[in-house]
Amino acid sequence: MKALRNFFDNLKAKTGEGGKLHAFRSLIDGFETFAFVPNDTARRGGVNIHDAIDSKRIMSLVVVALMPAMLFGMYNIGYQNALAAGQLETATFWGMFFYGFLALLPKIIVSYVVGLGIEFTVAQWKGEEIHEGFLVSGILIPLIVPVTLPLWMLALATAFSVILAKEIFGGTGMNIFNPALITRAFLFFSYPSFMSGDNSVWVSNGPICGLGYEAAADALTGATPLGLTSAAGFQGFDCSLIHDAVIGLIPGSVGETSVIAILIGAVILLYTGVASWKTMFSVFAGGALTGLLMQWAGLTHIQWYEHLVVGGFAFGAVFMATDPVTSARTECGKYVFGLLIGFVAVTVRVLNPGYPEGMMLAILLMNLFAPLIDYCFVQKNISMRAKRATKK
Amino acid sequence: MAKVIKLRKGLDINLKGKAADTIGGPVGADEFALVPDTFPGLKPKVVVKEGDAVMAGDALFVDKLHPEVKFVSPVSGTVSLVERGERRKLLSVRVKADGRNSSREFDVKGDVKALLLESGLFGFFRSRPYDVTANPEDKPKAIFVSAFNSMPLSQNFEVALKGNEQAFQAGLSALAKLAPVHLGVNVKQNSPALTVAKDCTVTFYDGAAPAGNVGVQINHTSPINKGEVVWTLGAEEVIFVGRLMLTGKVDLTRTIALAGAEVKAPQYYTALVGTPIKAIVKGRLNASDDQRIINGNVMTGFKTSEEEFLAAHATEVNVIPEGAHADELLGWIMPRFKEFSTSRSYFSWLMGKKKEYNLDARIKGGERHMIMSGEYDRVFPMDIYAGYLVKAILAGDIDRQEALGIYEVAPEDFAIAEFVDSSKLELQRIVREGLDTLRKENA
Repeated sequence: MKALRNFFDNLKAKTGEGGKLHAFRSLIDGFETFAFVPNDTARRGGVNIHDAIDSKRIMSLVVVALMPAMLFGMYNIGYQNALAAGQLETATFWGMFFYGFLALLPKIIVSYVVGLGIEFTVAQWKGEEIHEGFLVSGILIPLIVPVTLPLWMLALATAFSVILAKEIFGGTGMNIFNPALITRAFLFFSYPSFMSGDNSVWVSNGPICGLGYEAAADALTGATPLGLTSAAGFQGFDCSLIHDAVIGLIPGSVGETSVIAILIGAVILLYTGVASWKTMFSVFAGGALTGLLMQWAGLTHIQWYEHLVVGGFAFGAVFMATDPVTSARTECGKYVFGLLIGFVAVTVRVLNPGYPEGMMLAILLMNLFAPLIDYCFVQKNISMRAKRATKK
Repeated sequence: MAKVIKLRKGLDINLKGKAADTIGGPVGADEFALVPDTFPGLKPKVVVKEGDAVMAGDALFVDKLHPEVKFVSPVSGTVSLVERGERRKLLSVRVKADGRNSSREFDVKGDVKALLLESGLFGFFRSRPYDVTANPEDKPKAIFVSAFNSMPLSQNFEVALKGNEQAFQAGLSALAKLAPVHLGVNVKQNSPALTVAKDCTVTFYDGAAPAGNVGVQINHTSPINKGEVVWTLGAEEVIFVGRLMLTGKVDLTRTIALAGAEVKAPQYYTALVGTPIKAIVKGRLNASDDQRIINGNVMTGFKTSEEEFLAAHATEVNVIPEGAHADELLGWIMPRFKEFSTSRSYFSWLMGKKKEYNLDARIKGGERHMIMSGEYDRVFPMDIYAGYLVKAILAGDIDRQEALGIYEVAPEDFAIAEFVDSSKLELQRIVREGLDTLRKENA
């Protein structure tokens, strides 16, 4: 520990104005504050003690909460590969897992290198500390795209969203839209054939480092259940498919398939209080209610609960809608925000034949309206105060 | 039975080193000082010269804008130093005590306000909006006194009250001649001098910190609207007023709590306003060079050195470890059992409310933009959107600050919110600057 302390102290001595490492001061500070809790003590004129919680701890917890979904996603990549090749009997658990691991790892690396690279540069340029927000976005991005997405597209989309959706607004805490979802939206509209379910984008094909299988081209049906039912005029799902969707053994974006893995993440987020249960609960409630209404109105054959387990609904509700920066900030506003996300997502799914999946668009749309929702509740407080002043 | 208001929001921080309810005797010293900076919002004008002889109750400096507001010497002696800093800013006026304790005699029969102004006790009044030293020309709609302090390591007012009950009541009765008086009492306090105090409206409060903040109590009983003024006075300062009423002399003796993890035997001492910190802490702290002495409360006071003097409104001196060389590894993922947090990513919520924590002065994180939502609201028991108000102040949007209720708050009301903030924003400083700017704009 002493050696590490000295190492950072030596580095820091060179980061001053005119020092050799001045150009890397934000980077060095970033690594130092990850190694050690900052030793800065409270300044004059504020509280003299502080809660141990900080932004690093919060972001790290979200990453921890994403781990079950990521690990299951890796396994599912291998499983889908073996399934397509008809080799499920011969494939081993670890074989499938490591296949998925190798398929996903480059995406995680590209996402972090590009995103953090931009964040570090901007922090250095503005002379600020590095913000931790991208720690979460960097792992979210590979989990919400198809496994076959070319890496250069991922790099381009990540750069686009970090710069245009986040840094130009002022960095983590100032952005309007969720950066991970902007990445996905960019890909969705720029490269639709790599992002939608009509072809084999959802299943990784061909061996990686000797693991995995080569499947015949015509064996790759690989459409997501939502894509299939959309193409078939929304006839609904059969029971075994819903069962698979809860466990997660269906094609889809890497992290979104397993409801169980996502719910483990949800428990971590809610238990630690990092995510608001009000938002999360309302998204599910809004989706379920809308699904039920659509069923009563005879618009769809999909059961209300099926909406909650297929596609990106659960993943979006747990990890995307609850982003504290882009969701509603007032406590009452969180209910409205969540309910509307559920409503819009299911409405898009049922009423718009063009897009089988509505979650991404629903959350982005509500990100835009979150300040308006908050405005209404804050305004209520303001008019209460104004009324009080004139009443006497 | 008086009204009981239950506050659901707030946070009690259980710190090590609470003061025992015993009084360790008076703290004596040779030299005392009045520091104008510890009277918020004051522009001082010195009215004595070095070498002048003064008695307790003689003015040392006055408010430049309202020269009738005087700030008086706590002891008799000679003015030893008029200390000035950059651009001749008045830092302190020091008085060398002559040990005779002779006091100026005041005639208590006449107008109460004139008496308070002349005796220097009016200088302890603060006014909202702005939380600054009160302006005698204002017509306050009420005077609020909180008889308890809910912050960690704070003074237990009942200890200070013991033996001063008569003076406290005399003080309340005198205040009642200026404006209706509201006394905020904690449901756990049972001294009859508080629960059945006369000449005031007693309201009971039940809840965690900052329930003892007078601002919270104002918000729940008689919120301040634009154009209205409320005066506030510390409970111990009511005793000052009472002593003046009973004896005709100014006696600025406080019962201060010397508390905190770095104090050997935390307990109470009687000391005059302006006593040197050195006299208070000498020989009473643990042997360590990693200490932070706080002039006032750990949540609202300021870091001080032994060379400074007890601040005007301070009812305690807290001493905690500084922690500047703690070098804690990998804080973002370690369990950190010794730390206290409202977040369940730590384990302090499992330890129960009885566990005492020894927290140091580290900020424990870098400053960020406001990321999490609802953090402040959970510990901010007022009908105000604290996060939005802070943003309005940062944006310099005065109309919005007014609309969101800035007139009702003081920096101390944000202390607990500043403690829990994961973005580590300096809320009290932000609010102080916001109030100062607004005051200048509205002047």
